[in-house]
Amino acid sequence: MDYEPVIGLEIHVELSTRSKMFCGCRVEFGGEPNTRTCPVCLAHPGALPVMNRQAIRYLGRIALALECSIPERSIFHRKNYFYPDLPKGYQISQYDQPFAVEGGLSVSVDGEMVTVGIERVHMEEDTAKNIHAGVSGRIAGSLYSMIDFNRSGTPLVEIVTKPHIHSPQAARSFLNRLKNTLQFLDVSDCNMEEGSLRCDANVSIRPVGDRELGVKTELKNMNSFRYIEKGLSQEIRRQVGLLESGERVVQQTVHFDVVTGEISPLRSKEEAQDYRYFPEPDLVPLVASADFVAGIREEMPELPADRARRYVSQHGLPDYDAQVLTSDRELSDFYEESVSLYGDAKTVSNWVMGELLAYLNHTGETAGECRVTPTALAELLDMVKGGDISANIGKEVFSEMCDTGESAAAIVARKGLTQISDTDELEALIRQVIEENPAQVEQYRAGKVKVIGFFVGQVMKQTGGRANPRVVNRLLKERLPE
Amino acid sequence: MVNHDDVRYVAGLARLKLAGEELDRYAAQLSTILNHVNKIAELELDGVEPTSHVLELTNVFREDEPQPSISQVAALANGPEVEGNAFRVPAIVRK
Repeated sequence: MDYEPVIGLEIHVELSTRSKMFCGCRVEFGGEPNTRTCPVCLAHPGALPVMNRQAIRYLGRIALALECSIPERSIFHRKNYFYPDLPKGYQISQYDQPFAVEGGLSVSVDGEMVTVGIERVHMEEDTAKNIHAGVSGRIAGSLYSMIDFNRSGTPLVEIVTKPHIHSPQAARSFLNRLKNTLQFLDVSDCNMEEGSLRCDANVSIRPVGDRELGVKTELKNMNSFRYIEKGLSQEIRRQVGLLESGERVVQQTVHFDVVTGEISPLRSKEEAQDYRYFPEPDLVPLVASADFVAGIREEMPELPADRARRYVSQHGLPDYDAQVLTSDRELSDFYEESVSLYGDAKTVSNWVMGELLAYLNHTGETAGECRVTPTALAELLDMVKGGDISANIGKEVFSEMCDTGESAAAIVARKGLTQISDTDELEALIRQVIEENPAQVEQYRAGKVKVIGFFVGQVMKQTGGRANPRVVNRLLKERLPE
Repeated sequence: MVNHDDVRYVAGLARLKLAGEELDRYAAQLSTILNHVNKIAELELDGVEPTSHVLELTNVFREDEPQPSISQVAALANGPEVEGNAFRVPAIVRK
């Protein structure tokens, strides 16, 4: 039987505010443990939370970018459970009146645009960080744990999709698209290694054509999109195997071991968690008036789709270029800054999409991490345009710039790469090439004009590619016998 | 009427171990409280929004300005168990 996977995602995003959600402690990654805490985020008795205005603005940006509707009133709830990383014994979150509902994000799946529905977007607070003491560093089998409350209370936005995703590849495309959108919004650094962006995936399978949903399992806390894709594939295989051998899927959380590629159950969910949600009495309701929402709309940064449209309409780029350049925030910023310095958008686009992207894909660096800055690229392009070096030599220089961080001018000077446009110098070379290749000269004389390319190639070879091809062409036409 | 199972369940969520006479006592007390609150159900409440907050206030914000935190020593001072620069807690998942 053929099965269709049904996948829903829950994404947690740490906001890049300066201070925490409900207190003034600084938000940063890492640092000396337990140095960014206060009575509020340590849950000392009597301490009261106060909402961070900027966090709510960022939340609003996310909701609008995901085309959600924002109800006029939302409230906070206490989600009660015991865990050492949760000092209050509850997490401040939102429950039946979340900040935003019913949105969607369009992604390309197998070349087709599909809209993945967004169920809700709500505000909550992050927990502290556990460090598990023991051999494996994992929670199972650890002897005891150490708690660092620096992260406790960091503004955290939860985004929940509808179960509209039907393949692990589509899940990965959606997550890439979402991450890119969040980066354009300037609301989070989305650093997955540091946990700023985390994802849980719910997955079930059903016979193709069925409407009813199967029993789902949950893959938790996956910290790379590649692993999510792999983990989902593996879990779907496992579920198909169970059903085909007449067994049933048990609702539970499963762990995907990225080393062995194995799925193992973490805990059974037969006894549903009882969080005893109730309205947080320490926080007053959040009212998102039309003015409030309009204010957020006004300060919205340009989204990737809008940038792409502008690149086509104002920069005159082909749609393909616009899509590639806006697929990554840093790449897009790099391109824009280079255009503002150099001018010709299509030339910049060719270099960014060709040379720069090839280098970044090779090294795994981001455009922002690359040693070559937009200023340095613009200088290089000026040298090519001015005829100091040829475009081909320019590519060589660019590669060297990436490796050493030197300027184009310094590399050209050091390696003697300046283009030879000097007629006298080239004349001598051309005379020599003509003398050494009488057979080709004969062909040219016989009317095989294309053979001129051979002579250009010879001159290039002699000069290490530094000869100005236009001058060489002109001189060759003058010197070769009619 | 709240029975012993209800009390045990709620106590379990709160990590309390109750037994014998305690179950009787809390079953009776919790029943009294619930009955009292249930009186509201006797009223005509169609179209009345549930009250989540008693104050009329909305949108109380602070600006996103970092304030000084307390020292590490002060933070750890209240920890029942401390190791180095962190709070130490017993194994989270028992075998």
